[in-house]
Amino acid sequence: MADDLKTTVLNDLHLSLGARMVPFAGYEMPVQYPMGVLKEHLHTRAAAGLFDVSHMGQVILRGPDVAKALESLVPVDVAGLAEGRQRYALFTNEAGGIEDDLMIANRGDHLFVVVNAACKDADVARLRAALEPRGITVKLLENRALLALQGPAAEDVLAEHHPDVRDMRFMDVATVPLAGAECWVSRSGYTGEDGFEISVPNAAAVDLAKALLADDAVAPIGLGARDSLRLEAGLCLYGHDIDTDTTPVSAGLGWAIQKVRRLDGAREGGFPGAAQVLREFADPPAMRRVGLRPEGRAPMREGVALFETEDAAGAIGHVTSGGFGANVNGPVAMGYVPTPMAETGRTLWGEVRGKRLAVTVTDLPFVPAGFKR
Amino acid sequence: MKYTEEHEWLEMGDDGIVTVGISAHAAEQLGDVVFVELPEVGTEVTKDDEVVVIESVKAASDILAPLDGEIVEVNEAIVDEPSKVNDDPEGEAWFFRMQIEDAAALEEYMDEAAYKTFIGS
Repeated sequence: MADDLKTTVLNDLHLSLGARMVPFAGYEMPVQYPMGVLKEHLHTRAAAGLFDVSHMGQVILRGPDVAKALESLVPVDVAGLAEGRQRYALFTNEAGGIEDDLMIANRGDHLFVVVNAACKDADVARLRAALEPRGITVKLLENRALLALQGPAAEDVLAEHHPDVRDMRFMDVATVPLAGAECWVSRSGYTGEDGFEISVPNAAAVDLAKALLADDAVAPIGLGARDSLRLEAGLCLYGHDIDTDTTPVSAGLGWAIQKVRRLDGAREGGFPGAAQVLREFADPPAMRRVGLRPEGRAPMREGVALFETEDAAGAIGHVTSGGFGANVNGPVAMGYVPTPMAETGRTLWGEVRGKRLAVTVTDLPFVPAGFKR
Repeated sequence: MKYTEEHEWLEMGDDGIVTVGISAHAAEQLGDVVFVELPEVGTEVTKDDEVVVIESVKAASDILAPLDGEIVEVNEAIVDEPSKVNDDPEGEAWFFRMQIEDAAALEEYMDEAAYKTFIGS
């Protein structure tokens, strides 16, 4: 493994569990454990999986009117986010493209933000440039790890360590002592399952991970299954399903923009690319992200060209994420197609190894979400 | 049993038919296999023709014909249940059987000891 890769505080634990490590976003991360990607995926949906997501950026924003200030960078309602609640958000650019997706939590006297590993340096720079002139401090935390415990057994497992987590609903955040340390827990995740994300001080992270893994219901899960789980759940992966060339509405993420930030809302616009982003609610963009269910068993992976008919000459779109859905027990994919072709049930064609294979435009997610609302 | 540098195994039966599969090492490296596409019985193949497509959870890969000959049987069981390739790669989960033209060509491939050295185990 290249020397310049960073490691998380759980690196030795991953190795001791037999993980196969790969470079990911500048970090050496576990792609799978001896159980293997398929069984890890199925185990997470049947019981619980523990993920190390410490490579992601954890940022604290603190200062006067911090929520309103952050609204200058994201099209979501931050000022209206209640204390103890979390919300999905997007950083947009002047063209209305997506710079990253993130989670914003209102933790009372500050906001706690989690951003993607690959984007975190750019995101911190973006936050500093916009917020520091307003007297807000932007602190990238290097002293905390981030674990995700996901699956239908997650609540029972975590409640063994502190009963308060049972009272949390989807997207609630709370401070909970775990493994003798102050942990910041949110009832959220990126698998489509119920579960928790736990920000834990580095010094307690290995103890907490081991304590959770000691439960028979919990298995360690690598990035391979993390990717197939989020794909089956219809969730976007930044740099693949969303990027600077896609806009919130084209990505099917219009729901993340609350009415208060839309045209005629009380705090309409005021974020990068607002004119373009908001126009698309009334005037749909040319392309639209859809779920795609290939016929047969052959996976249709990222980059596969999509066609309107079996013999049409020019591609009309392409797959942005694709693989095998272990719970669907077949191939699943997402991609962009022209908005008029985005209706559920429509047959399109993907070209794999020179052959056109039928795919059906499908509602997302591919498996029902297990969130505790 | 003979092995190729492409991580296939070949076994000559008493009937002169060669059975071909992928090594346990290859199956482990591929990860969980989720799709297998086999050639049609009766296909005449030339060495290094792409005859099988395997897709794992990670990526697609090809299996090349190790020898000149004709495909005489394929293992439909691994098409229906690709996970067999991970469960028993050097046994039940063979890929195809071929009638070869030149039995001596088999000799150029590695025996088990040489293959183990090749994969560094």
